[in-house]
Amino acid sequence: MSENRQAIAHYRNNFLKEVEVHVEDGEWVKMCMQCGVCAGSCPLGNAWQHTPQKLFMMIRAGKREEVLSSDSMWMCTSCYNCIVRCPRKLPITHIMHGLAHYAHRLGMAPKGQPTREVARLFWNNLAKTGRVNELKFSLAMYFKDGFIQGIKNLLAMQGIGIGLMKAKRLNPMELLGGHKCKDKDGIHKMIAKAREIEERKQGYAS
Amino acid sequence: MTKKNYAFYPGCSSQKGASASNFAASIEVMCGKLGIQLNEIPDWNCCGASIGYGEGGLLPRLVLNARNLALAEQHLPGQDMVSGCPACWLSTRETAEKLRESADLMAGANEALKEAELDFKGTVKARHIVEVLVEDVGFEGMKAPVVKPLQGMKIAGYVGCQTNRPFGIAGESFENPQYLDRMIATVGAEPASGYEQKVTCCGGALAFSEPDKSQKQIRDIVESAYDHGAEMIVTPCQLCQANVEIYQSEINKKQGTKLAMPVVYYSQLMTVAYGGSLKEAGLDGHVIQPKKLQDIARK
Repeated sequence: MSENRQAIAHYRNNFLKEVEVHVEDGEWVKMCMQCGVCAGSCPLGNAWQHTPQKLFMMIRAGKREEVLSSDSMWMCTSCYNCIVRCPRKLPITHIMHGLAHYAHRLGMAPKGQPTREVARLFWNNLAKTGRVNELKFSLAMYFKDGFIQGIKNLLAMQGIGIGLMKAKRLNPMELLGGHKCKDKDGIHKMIAKAREIEERKQGYAS
Repeated sequence: MTKKNYAFYPGCSSQKGASASNFAASIEVMCGKLGIQLNEIPDWNCCGASIGYGEGGLLPRLVLNARNLALAEQHLPGQDMVSGCPACWLSTRETAEKLRESADLMAGANEALKEAELDFKGTVKARHIVEVLVEDVGFEGMKAPVVKPLQGMKIAGYVGCQTNRPFGIAGESFENPQYLDRMIATVGAEPASGYEQKVTCCGGALAFSEPDKSQKQIRDIVESAYDHGAEMIVTPCQLCQANVEIYQSEINKKQGTKLAMPVVYYSQLMTVAYGGSLKEAGLDGHVIQPKKLQDIARK
């Protein structure tokens, strides 16, 4: 590589382009004017190491590793405050979801990040029968850090569980099967096909 | 009364024995009195909810919702699709709009739907029950069946997030929507004015993954209701109802507070005001008992 090219390589920034192509609504990132309304509007704002405003600037600065391994976008509660307040109308919530998903897909999201784990368990739960089984989902969450921790979690939450059972809002019989779609096979095939199409379009090997 | 027909998408939490089965119970009398006929979409599936993005990519999430839209289009043609759950409504409406705007996404969705022997043409409109109440029935219409006005009750109208943002009810502001307060007044109760936690987030799905952060939100939402002299909180959202009601005991345990604020749905208020029984209003489905409302229902 010539000296000139080396110098240019230092400034070359492909991460913004990568985000525009691979992240949901990523083409909006360049529109951010760094006003910070999103950061100030987030209910969990002070839990974000990098607020959306910062993430947008970091993307434009080419900080690929820092952005994709960040824990921040996993703090999104999907309240949509940032979306409705953004003066430039950036679909910020969607971009945060998109960044989190992309980082997860690349295996760069922080390992054991609790919301990442919950999201994975939730999706696997719903994709199995087409409908969420709340009991199995709760149990999967309690036991995600191993059996001993699971029992501890279960004991800590037993009051809530019993309260909900008394109110007929948690059915122990759901453990034996529970609600499901009739055409769960069709749903499995449909989701697999959607993944395949998306991977093909994104240029990933399936 | 001639009934108006809607394709109904109950959502996972409104199934029998699930966390919002009290809501599911309470809409029957309400809809009956208001001439709303809800026809359940056959074999509907989960919308992916707000946390589905982590594992599910954009197209898999859109396809989940496109399946429900396609089933509604096929089995209940010409009917608006109505959800009771804001997360279901948001996902469905977002899907309907995204597919209508992008021929590429629509083609992808239909290619995947073919695996389930379905096809979506894009003709269905996705709505929330509150939209049906406000826009199709109207406040006068909601008032007409009231036989037991909830006089003397002061209620904090907690709208939460997803019934309000990003779509919301047409003509309402995101920061201070009025319809829930008007609904409270319509059934004869007094809305707690100046309840500043009206559109605060309860933490949503992060109630599971980040309990301390979420419980901080919930504490604010409940304490503000106390500060404004409310006896209970009313909400249109299934996750808000569950989070704000269920975790008060956890907050008490950890922080030494004595929170015991009942949290109910607008549909439960309406069912009681329309003369429905305690059971018909789903008022046997609470962890913190809404005693005053239960007493009115028993009378």
